[in-house]
Amino acid sequence: MELQLRGITKRFPGVLANDDVSLTARSGTVLALIGENGAGKSTLMNVLSGLYRSDAGEILIDGVHQTFRDPGDAIKAGIGMVHQHFMLVPVFSVYENVILGVEPTKAGGVLNRREARREVKEISERYGLAVDPDAKIENLPVGIQQRVEIIKVLLRGAKILVFDEPTAVLTPQEVEEFFGIVAELKARGATIIFITHKLKEALAVADDITVLRGGRVVGHADPTTATPEDLAAMMVGREIDLTVDKEPGTPGRTILELTDVTMVDDYGRPLLNKVSLSVAAGEIVGVAGIQGNGQTELVEAITGLLPISSGRVEFDGADISNRSVRDRHVLGIAHVPEDRNDMGMVGSFTIKENLVLDSYYAAPYSKGGRLQKASIQESALALVEAYDVRPPLIENTGGALSGGNAQKMIVAREFSRDVPLVICAQPTRGIDVGSIEYIHEQIVRKRNEGKAILIVSTELDEIFALSDRIIVMYDGKIVAERLVGETTPTEIGLFMAGKGS
Amino acid sequence: MNQASAPAPRESYELTGKRTKELTKRQIRKARISGVVLLLLSGLVMLVFVPAVSGVSTFGLSTPDDAIQLDSLAVPSAGSLWVLSSVLAFLGATQFFRGFQGKTTIILGISFGVFAIALMVWAASGQEFSLISMLVATVARSTPIALGALSGILCERSGVVNIGIEGMLLGGAFTGVVMGSLLGGWIGLLSATLTGGVLALLLAVLAVKFRVDQIIIGVVINILVLGLTSFLTAQVLVKKPELNDAPIFAAVKIPILGDIPIIGPMFFDQTIIVYGMFILIGSVTYLLFRTRWGLRTRAVGENPKAADSLGVSVAKVRYLAVIYGGMVGGFAGAWFTLGSVGRFDENMTGGRGFIGLAAMIFGAWNPIGAFLAALIFGFSESLQQKFALLDIPIPSEFLAMAPYLVTIVVVAGVVGRVRPPAADGQPYEKQ
Repeated sequence: MELQLRGITKRFPGVLANDDVSLTARSGTVLALIGENGAGKSTLMNVLSGLYRSDAGEILIDGVHQTFRDPGDAIKAGIGMVHQHFMLVPVFSVYENVILGVEPTKAGGVLNRREARREVKEISERYGLAVDPDAKIENLPVGIQQRVEIIKVLLRGAKILVFDEPTAVLTPQEVEEFFGIVAELKARGATIIFITHKLKEALAVADDITVLRGGRVVGHADPTTATPEDLAAMMVGREIDLTVDKEPGTPGRTILELTDVTMVDDYGRPLLNKVSLSVAAGEIVGVAGIQGNGQTELVEAITGLLPISSGRVEFDGADISNRSVRDRHVLGIAHVPEDRNDMGMVGSFTIKENLVLDSYYAAPYSKGGRLQKASIQESALALVEAYDVRPPLIENTGGALSGGNAQKMIVAREFSRDVPLVICAQPTRGIDVGSIEYIHEQIVRKRNEGKAILIVSTELDEIFALSDRIIVMYDGKIVAERLVGETTPTEIGLFMAGKGS
Repeated sequence: MNQASAPAPRESYELTGKRTKELTKRQIRKARISGVVLLLLSGLVMLVFVPAVSGVSTFGLSTPDDAIQLDSLAVPSAGSLWVLSSVLAFLGATQFFRGFQGKTTIILGISFGVFAIALMVWAASGQEFSLISMLVATVARSTPIALGALSGILCERSGVVNIGIEGMLLGGAFTGVVMGSLLGGWIGLLSATLTGGVLALLLAVLAVKFRVDQIIIGVVINILVLGLTSFLTAQVLVKKPELNDAPIFAAVKIPILGDIPIIGPMFFDQTIIVYGMFILIGSVTYLLFRTRWGLRTRAVGENPKAADSLGVSVAKVRYLAVIYGGMVGGFAGAWFTLGSVGRFDENMTGGRGFIGLAAMIFGAWNPIGAFLAALIFGFSESLQQKFALLDIPIPSEFLAMAPYLVTIVVVAGVVGRVRPPAADGQPYEKQ
């Protein structure tokens, strides 16, 4: 089936999320829809799936005008969404999730479970999507959960499949498998729309590429001829250098040393399992791993946000295992947290307040328990200038900043302190390419000043671009450690999947 | 630092499945505390109960009109207490030093059971204690608690927290007695059920449509119903006592099954409301876990967005579940008036709705589990009633605290690992 969008416009209070968007997904092909976060991709897809109603424009399937009042209408028309955040009930079994809404029943609304399992099996065999109908979702790896989502839309007779950032949560190996599934679906005549901001993936899998920026279609590209640099330039509207310039590091003395650090949850399950690592002055250590394999807990063990059950955390030769968060902060650990909105800032505070969140209590920002407005103001003005926070209006709230600028504000706060250890968790998650470039430069500059730097990222490209040394975490353990020149993304990817030797 | 050859992943940590053999500090502390509690109970039995008893404790196992008469069970008081306290001491010491780990909950349950037996042996020392009438009362008294819990389960499985069960019970009890006095018991029962439904509709509209905080709505319902029924009692029922004199449903004995010793009087010689509870517990369990309605209700309570994206109407599912829940609550209210005394007194439900909530949590949002939990609360209530009749040197006001004390111990101590529906209490907002 061919899908056409004509002049789709969607306004939110104060924002024009989609502005006259037109695109075509040809029958039996893969259309990649690329754009930065905030370019309007998700809004467009929510319009397409019936969750939002557009203010103007029309949707055509095989040339026939469609009206979607709710998601049910879109499903009936043959559009199936595979959302970025899976729409699954974790405590339900696979078949329960799949049949929800289209349950096969016996008399009186009693579920026909045998029929349900058969339907799931049939689709999973026909499309090569192996999955156990009785497995509980919460026990399945993310890649398999994604298959369940795909089976769900196929069961509903979807002919047009929309994938919203499908690879964001997958391991490199799962990504390969996913591309295989896409090829299989295409071979069976499905039309696929693939939303992503990963340029390489768009080039690898798409037949057509449409680029969105600021809610508008800014161009189309042919994947056989376009380069990642071309696409990046279209996405951000200027030339972008995707590599990070840096000299090899010159590691000095050890600043951070973890020895057999173990952390368990309330039920005694290990979150960190005898983790030992060290970071030296003047080097960047990158922690790779799929989200949820202990990286968050590692950072919180070092910064003191969560208590460890056993082991030692040493900072500059001193045991800090039992020191408070503030002690560690004062000793000299800077921390760019993984979730900027929840942990990095107070959205309703002004930028200048956010910039002293960590040091408001000490001179020069505080004297005798009273905040020194003049010095807070002065330092805030200098920081937004130095770290390119735009707009540089320090009386605006932090929540009013775009993702990239909010992140720059947090980096400004943490990096402006002259401390020996900097921890950056997901430093560029979900921000625009321009800000990524800038933050990467700042991290490398900090290293060149001789600071010890620990980066945690789920983006393997970022790990490779920045690190001198790479550590891989899987299931709460460190499963590999490599110098950056002596390994490949494929090898690290295998370790991330728990399959490394 | 030479990282040229990467170290092989170290595997020195012993894992059994995904769980460490080492206990967390929290688990150790919990084991210590519960161990000490058991040792104290053992000491209480040994030092307080044993010196106070003499002769034998006799437990009656049949009521005079049972078809098959069982002999009373007589045990030497002091000897039994020594045995029971030794068992408690052993369990307590083991728990203190080693901990029962995974079996802790069961062991604690057994221990409290042992203590309850010791309490009865002590109370019955030198006299006859009708165990059977207490067991019959246990089932009867657990009925409104189990139904209250079921009311909560229906609402919360769909993601709406119902704190207003107490109000629904009280409302049902009131309209039940008024309509029962005017038009007979069956109409009274129906009115009670509908009253619960109407109160639930209020909860549903405010929670689903207006997205008001569900805890606040529940509290408001409780206060509103308490105030309204108290006012109407003082203004109307006192002046017109004929409105406060409803027929009582008599116990209906089921042929053959009702003649089985002990089990018969407990489960097959009860009122229609008790049978209704059994039927509702069974049927709601089936409906929740085996039907389309149940699947959709549970899905909405766990992940409303997922259900919505599949064309399931979150609002409709929640309205229905909450209204059904309210009707069960109103039906439960009828137990207090039509099922036992036939007249309404101010605040006569006395917190049973809240105990029902505790039973719901204790039973992990599962009707059968909630029923078993309700039995524990019902047992503690009827034990307290029994003790008030026997000549026991404990003030009855203190004994009246027993059910609530049990609630606190159960909710704080034993319940640890149950997981509520993921979207419980969260209003669903469609963009």
